[in-house]
Amino acid sequence: MARNSLGREIPEIFNGKRYIPYRDPHAIEPETFHFQRASRVLKRNYSGSSKVVGGLREAIVASGLKDGMTISTHHHLRNGDRLLNDLVREIDALGIRDIKIASSSIHIVHAELIPYIRKGVITALECGVNGPIGEQISKGELTCPIVVRSHGGRARSVISGEVPIDVAFLAAPCCDEYGNFNGFYGPSACGSLGYALVDAQYARKVVAVTDHLVPYPALPFSVAQNIVDIVATVDSLGDPRKIVSSTTQLTKDPMGLLIAKYAATVIDSSGYLKNGFSFQTGTGGISLAVAGHVRDMMRARRIKGSFGCGGITGFFVDMLDEGLFEGLFDVQCFDLKAVESIGRNRKHQEMSAGLYANPFNMGAVVNRLDCAILSATEIDVDFNVNVNTESSGLLLHNTGGHCDVAKGAKVSIIVCPSIRGRLPMVRDEVTTITTPGETVGVVVTERGIAVNDHLPELKAELIRRRAPVKDIHDLRDEIYAATGAPKPVEFTDEVVGLIEYLDGTIIDTVRTVRA
Amino acid sequence: MTDSRLRRTMLYVPGNMPSMLQNVPLFKCDSVILDLEDAVNYAEKDAARNLVRRFLSTWKERDKEVLVRINPLHTEWGRDDLAAILPEMPDAIRLPMCETAEQALELDAELTQYESAQGLATGRFAILPSIETVKSVLNAYAIATSSKRIFGLAFGAEDYTASMGIARTNSGEDLMHPRMMIVMAAKAAGIQAIDTVFSDVGDMDALRRETELVKRLGYTGKCLVNPRQIDIIHEVFAPKQEEIDYAQEVVEAIRQAHESGTGVASLRGRMVDAPIVKRALHTLRAAYAQGLTDTPVDEEILHG
Repeated sequence: MARNSLGREIPEIFNGKRYIPYRDPHAIEPETFHFQRASRVLKRNYSGSSKVVGGLREAIVASGLKDGMTISTHHHLRNGDRLLNDLVREIDALGIRDIKIASSSIHIVHAELIPYIRKGVITALECGVNGPIGEQISKGELTCPIVVRSHGGRARSVISGEVPIDVAFLAAPCCDEYGNFNGFYGPSACGSLGYALVDAQYARKVVAVTDHLVPYPALPFSVAQNIVDIVATVDSLGDPRKIVSSTTQLTKDPMGLLIAKYAATVIDSSGYLKNGFSFQTGTGGISLAVAGHVRDMMRARRIKGSFGCGGITGFFVDMLDEGLFEGLFDVQCFDLKAVESIGRNRKHQEMSAGLYANPFNMGAVVNRLDCAILSATEIDVDFNVNVNTESSGLLLHNTGGHCDVAKGAKVSIIVCPSIRGRLPMVRDEVTTITTPGETVGVVVTERGIAVNDHLPELKAELIRRRAPVKDIHDLRDEIYAATGAPKPVEFTDEVVGLIEYLDGTIIDTVRTVRA
Repeated sequence: MTDSRLRRTMLYVPGNMPSMLQNVPLFKCDSVILDLEDAVNYAEKDAARNLVRRFLSTWKERDKEVLVRINPLHTEWGRDDLAAILPEMPDAIRLPMCETAEQALELDAELTQYESAQGLATGRFAILPSIETVKSVLNAYAIATSSKRIFGLAFGAEDYTASMGIARTNSGEDLMHPRMMIVMAAKAAGIQAIDTVFSDVGDMDALRRETELVKRLGYTGKCLVNPRQIDIIHEVFAPKQEEIDYAQEVVEAIRQAHESGTGVASLRGRMVDAPIVKRALHTLRAAYAQGLTDTPVDEEILHG
């Protein structure tokens, strides 16, 4: 065990691999550490014949998948995804074992994988999870080593070959027989294929799986024929109506609205809300209410922003259509309005996860962000943020782009109610560190705004505007006065998962909760 | 009572809802009315009274005016409400269904008795009577002038329309006459006029229109039931830039007058005296509260 700079005990070796403890957001230089771009064997295909091999089972066989290999899928259909469950069922039927899953994310719908984890079909997760799998692993009821990565961190690990993907099975909502595909059209249209674009480039074998085979050529393509090995057809990839990850309505809760108003004041006070403004916000009632304020201010002052970014909602689409932004960078569509938009508007730009947030390239889009709204399950007095575990200690959420965006944006704003279920959300220490405090700009709760020391001008401006600026320790004390200090969750010494920072160092671990 | 405190928004919070009470310190309204009357059904009267009392006992750093709407004194709960609440030192009591000056005086006497027993200054607790029946509208001026504790008249439209046997509409013609009667009575008595709640929380445009209307009539504030309505009401009551500029000129003129030893100044060819200074101070208070000016209002300027 080694201790990282945030005081967390980190195993040097986990599931047979060596890891570096987190030091600071700038510690790892890819040149110094001799990172390379992953390479794969050059192949040839002089035939113009169809690449369709049949269904999933035929595709698995044709891909040469064997015991011990790593597969991936993308999560653009989110909780509507059917492919990963169907795929693992077929892998099991073929008697293949010891498969590692390096998908871009795993959702509640994938609880169906649990029996296959118990059976040894799946033996490791090289990706974060949402829902029951993480919960059972945290409780020690399920054994499957897990490494949680951010979107940018995952792109980095695939591009650098740290996580070599043997076969990528990519849901292809609109695909032709020679392997060109996009996510814009078809019954399972999910819009942007941002996460899949990385796998398509760097996996050793690429299988396009479609429920909507169209005559050649499927244009416009997001992934082209020259990097696709195999095409498989299935009845259905899933249900795109379940793409919507959380609410798409502005919150009506008065406390949520207060948080949104304060967050909007922070953005207004940052000095970036002028022509050329760039902005990211997620789904969820508070984030959308912030976006509503931003939209109103941009309208009133005739501000033309440069870009909106991230997972894209219909709300951003409306702002683009209204001319409030020059364009949108879309790594994933969060609702069907965004799906519809990306298929018709060239200014609604599909973006790979590598372009979005890989820290080891010549410039990710997050680097160009002015203000970003991010969430939290907990925040500590050093501004460290948890989004992975809840105060119960259970691993329930994937990182998403949290630490990538916090590091990239000039002002990262965490919005969070001060109390959830009688528990304080600003605390002495977070259960799990996802995002280091030094990359967090501002914490906004309904009880006040805490500004990190690296933004003194923003703090002064907020005070000048008589916004409720509070020292984060005072904010904690005020919340503790209502809730009491939380009793720490008791963990065992058994490390069942790692929380990787975007540069590949380990910022925290997940241990089983003591029953 | 010549009390010109800013009361643009007076938010009702049901006394029997802990989840809402705990957020009272966070709402950005000018006043809060903790309700023991209509929001609380009979079975919960005792529980609500205890809850409000306990809540007030824990809320030390009060940043807004606190009123408690008790049950009418002729009900079985009214006096128990007062006995439980007064030790927690609310700023004022909202008296529901106040139809006559005698009813206001009855509460006044109760408060005086408590104040003298506790050694508090007479008048420590203010009264805001609800004018919410036809009879109370007709008696508005007598009520307004009945007690020095009364800083304003608050219109209650729901009970008023019921007492008239008419239905309330969003357009407001039905309320025009009582609104005029109440604001005239209040102004004649030198106190504030506070408008009724607008209960359709889904229609923010209609709320804005109604608030604009009552502002034109002379009302300086409005009661409300949902915190989401606060911002719109504050926006409507925010003074315009030319009003702020004029108010600042008034204050500057009277400051110079005080310096030269007189209480009357001249501005743009017109006399500036105490009522004009008072109105200017109200404008500047509203402007500061809305973030339109950076300096708090110097309340001493009126007296030199």
